[in-house]
Amino acid sequence: MRRWIAGRTAQAAVTIAVAAVLMFVLMRVTPGDPLARLMGDRPMSAEEVAALRALYGLDQPIPQQFTRFVSGLARGELGVSIEYRIPVTTLIRQRLPASFLLGGTVLVLNFTLGIWLGALQAVRLGGRLDRWLSTLSLAAFAMPSFWLGLILAWLVGIRWHILPALGMIDPLLPPDAGVVVRSLDILRHLVLPALTLSIVSIAATMRYQRTAMIEALREPYIRTARAKGLPERHVIWRHAWRTALFPVITLFGLWLPIVVTGSVFVEHVFNWPGLGSLTAKAISGRDYPVIMGASLLAAALVVGGGWLTDMAYAWLDPRVRHAA
Amino acid sequence: MTPLLRVRDLRISFPTDAGTSTPVDGVTFTLARGETLALVGESGCGKTLTSLALLRLVPSPGRIEPGSSLRFGDQDILAMDPRALRSMRGKHLAMVFQDPMTSLNPVFTAGAQIVETIQAHESVTPKAARDRALALLREVGIPDPANRIDQYPHEMSGGMRQRVMIAMALATEPEVLIADEPTTALDVTVQAQILEILDRLQASHGLAILLITHDLGIVAGHADRVAVMYAGRIVEEAETGALFSKPTHPYTQGLLNSVPRLTGPRRPLVPIPGAVPDPAHWPPGCRFHPRCPKAMPRCRVDDPPRLEAGHGHHAACWLVEEAPA
Amino acid sequence: MSTVRGVLLTAVSSSRGRLGVLVLAGLVVAAVVAPLFLPDPLAQPDILAGANRPPSAAHWFGTDQLSRDVLARVATGARISLSIALVAVALSITLGAVVGLVAGYWGGWVDVALMRLVDGALAIPRLFVLLLVVAAWESMPLAAFIVVLGTTGWFGTSRLVRGEVLRIKQEPYVHAAEALGANRLRIVFRHLLPNVSGPLLVAATLGVGNVILLEAGLSYLGVGVRPPTPTWGGMILDAQETLFVAPWGSIFPGLAIVVTVLAVNLIGDALRAASDPRLA
Repeated sequence: MRRWIAGRTAQAAVTIAVAAVLMFVLMRVTPGDPLARLMGDRPMSAEEVAALRALYGLDQPIPQQFTRFVSGLARGELGVSIEYRIPVTTLIRQRLPASFLLGGTVLVLNFTLGIWLGALQAVRLGGRLDRWLSTLSLAAFAMPSFWLGLILAWLVGIRWHILPALGMIDPLLPPDAGVVVRSLDILRHLVLPALTLSIVSIAATMRYQRTAMIEALREPYIRTARAKGLPERHVIWRHAWRTALFPVITLFGLWLPIVVTGSVFVEHVFNWPGLGSLTAKAISGRDYPVIMGASLLAAALVVGGGWLTDMAYAWLDPRVRHAA
Repeated sequence: MTPLLRVRDLRISFPTDAGTSTPVDGVTFTLARGETLALVGESGCGKTLTSLALLRLVPSPGRIEPGSSLRFGDQDILAMDPRALRSMRGKHLAMVFQDPMTSLNPVFTAGAQIVETIQAHESVTPKAARDRALALLREVGIPDPANRIDQYPHEMSGGMRQRVMIAMALATEPEVLIADEPTTALDVTVQAQILEILDRLQASHGLAILLITHDLGIVAGHADRVAVMYAGRIVEEAETGALFSKPTHPYTQGLLNSVPRLTGPRRPLVPIPGAVPDPAHWPPGCRFHPRCPKAMPRCRVDDPPRLEAGHGHHAACWLVEEAPA
Repeated sequence: MSTVRGVLLTAVSSSRGRLGVLVLAGLVVAAVVAPLFLPDPLAQPDILAGANRPPSAAHWFGTDQLSRDVLARVATGARISLSIALVAVALSITLGAVVGLVAGYWGGWVDVALMRLVDGALAIPRLFVLLLVVAAWESMPLAAFIVVLGTTGWFGTSRLVRGEVLRIKQEPYVHAAEALGANRLRIVFRHLLPNVSGPLLVAATLGVGNVILLEAGLSYLGVGVRPPTPTWGGMILDAQETLFVAPWGSIFPGLAIVVTVLAVNLIGDALRAASDPRLA
């Protein structure tokens, strides 16, 4: 078992390394001056230029550049933001909580409502609920998240004036407002971005779980369970759903990056102060170190999520546990 | 004595692209208390569907046609409400399936699955249920039951899994056990052990067993009576000894001729020519006539009913009438 | 059901697939024909009085802030978005198939190296990869944009093809044919194509929907197709400042995206159901 864990971990490490190399190559290969990229179009003094050159090792041959890059990564350094002039890691740390809040909320919605609806679709396969939900999820799938966000912001936020359309907090809140008032304020701001992201993502979750549940209900041991005289709700929710929940673990692992890096589009539309909107701003501001930092973080989380998924399977599925 | 199980004119149909298919088309048999009836036939003749119908587990889009009669004791199985049906399943009428690896849930332990059966039908404490499960495992001959009870199906051999299935089926002392090809997925050496367990349990529990198989060897050693199925119907039914010594229907004769024997003079194996007809298009007249070496002109036109060929011996063949009494 | 023709025919036989094909066909026709009848999407006839006009008989989708006809722009945008998506996906599928074939057939360290590469590339979310390139490339030509889109979408396909090659390689009939002297590569190839064309078609169809959404998103962020070329994402970006005054400038391009991607997904779904009827 320990050997299997070590093997998987090594695999994950290799994958991250390859991803980092690919990103480095991408940075150097894209046409344009990497220095200009890292400097932005701010006029800089000669000293600043020289300092930047030294920091990124741009005056050194490529192998050295790569080594500096990798050792910087190992130390947890992701460079310095052009726009804000502070380390990218600091920026990321500042914006993480907002992304967590948004991503976490959507995650919870997906893994409660989404999973349940998907399973229900499979139980009532071909029925009205199934067909309606399938059509709705296909439509939701096809929506660009930023467009949906804009429409919702306009309709609910501006036209009907029910909920705030921008940001995370009301800038006009009195400074002595208590915790409850502040929390409620954040919650009110959370509704629209969370709704937008949920609509688009629940569609995928429902489809995934529906398929898994259909497969589970087809298994021969479901027939055995019925033949034993078990109540139908036991057959479905204790036997079939248990099996159908396993693929959901994979889905969980895929969500990890989104929870942290946030949705670039949704956060941008709603001006939600998370990592996603930071990345979006970095695009227009050509703040390359930030984009690079966010990408590296995202890749690490994708691999990390996959690793966690493997570990979870090993722990929960007795078959995998014994094979390991 | 009322037979425990009475099946009359069972018809199961499936809609297909080529029209309605009737893989089970008028099956009639009875099962008495304490006896073993073997239902024999080639794969695809409808044996499994027949057994599933008894528990009303025919997979959709198949359906049991009206006009079919299934009776358990004095109850009409087809008219049961869901509660009565659920109560019958497992508690009075239990089933053991062919492949224990896929028929047992891989994420529950053997013990959990047996206990679950008990608790579904009786209100006992978890501890009492577990004790009973332990006793059952011992009874089906699983060594070291105290450890095995907490093991998962994939940690066991095929034979052991099948024993668990049998233990699970007998957990609530049913009157009837339907065993659908219980040994087909197992090694030959293990087959004998499983069958021996079934015999032993029948003697000690007074079980009636409906044994579904395609293996005539198993029939010879373990069945009191045999019903031979072909093309969705029972074509011959007799006590085991009588069937083997005086097979009446040409299909039965063909089956017996195609089984190699270890004793006696060497004879060539004679397979039955042709293939099983398509359930969507049964041939007219006697369904076996295209393959029958003794087919008469009458057989092409008239479908023979169940005719008496001896004491307790029936065959659906016109030869019964032609033969000297 | 693994021949291309067979799958296509089956897809059209389902009502969902038919709907998708119908809608898509309508869109393609509109994209090709409509611009002939509609005003010039780039023309700004009357900025002062004709800007931000709501939908009317003269302008079915209204006008934007530069008095351009929204319907004309949406129709032209259809041409652009669809062509970009089709070319990019064609590129992805080809790359994926080639790499998958090479990795599966050669095996050994070539396979290991290629698959490690694919793993690493798949770890970076596609959006970020695109951002790393387009955000840095100041004046990226459209052709380069399409190539970048295409070269970021082949990883999953390569795994699919590789899996199929590996499976075929160990089939008895390959060994048998080889023993009779046939060329192994040719055998694999001949059996590969029919087996893989079904899943590839599904992947391609769903890929088109994906690329349309990605391209729209990038254009919305200002780094996709550059103005004044009308693209749906870019139109939504332009109309954002007048969202409250003239929402039709944002609504219609978005609806166009939804309808197109939905149609494509319906077709993809029907295709998938055709190769695995149990999931319908």
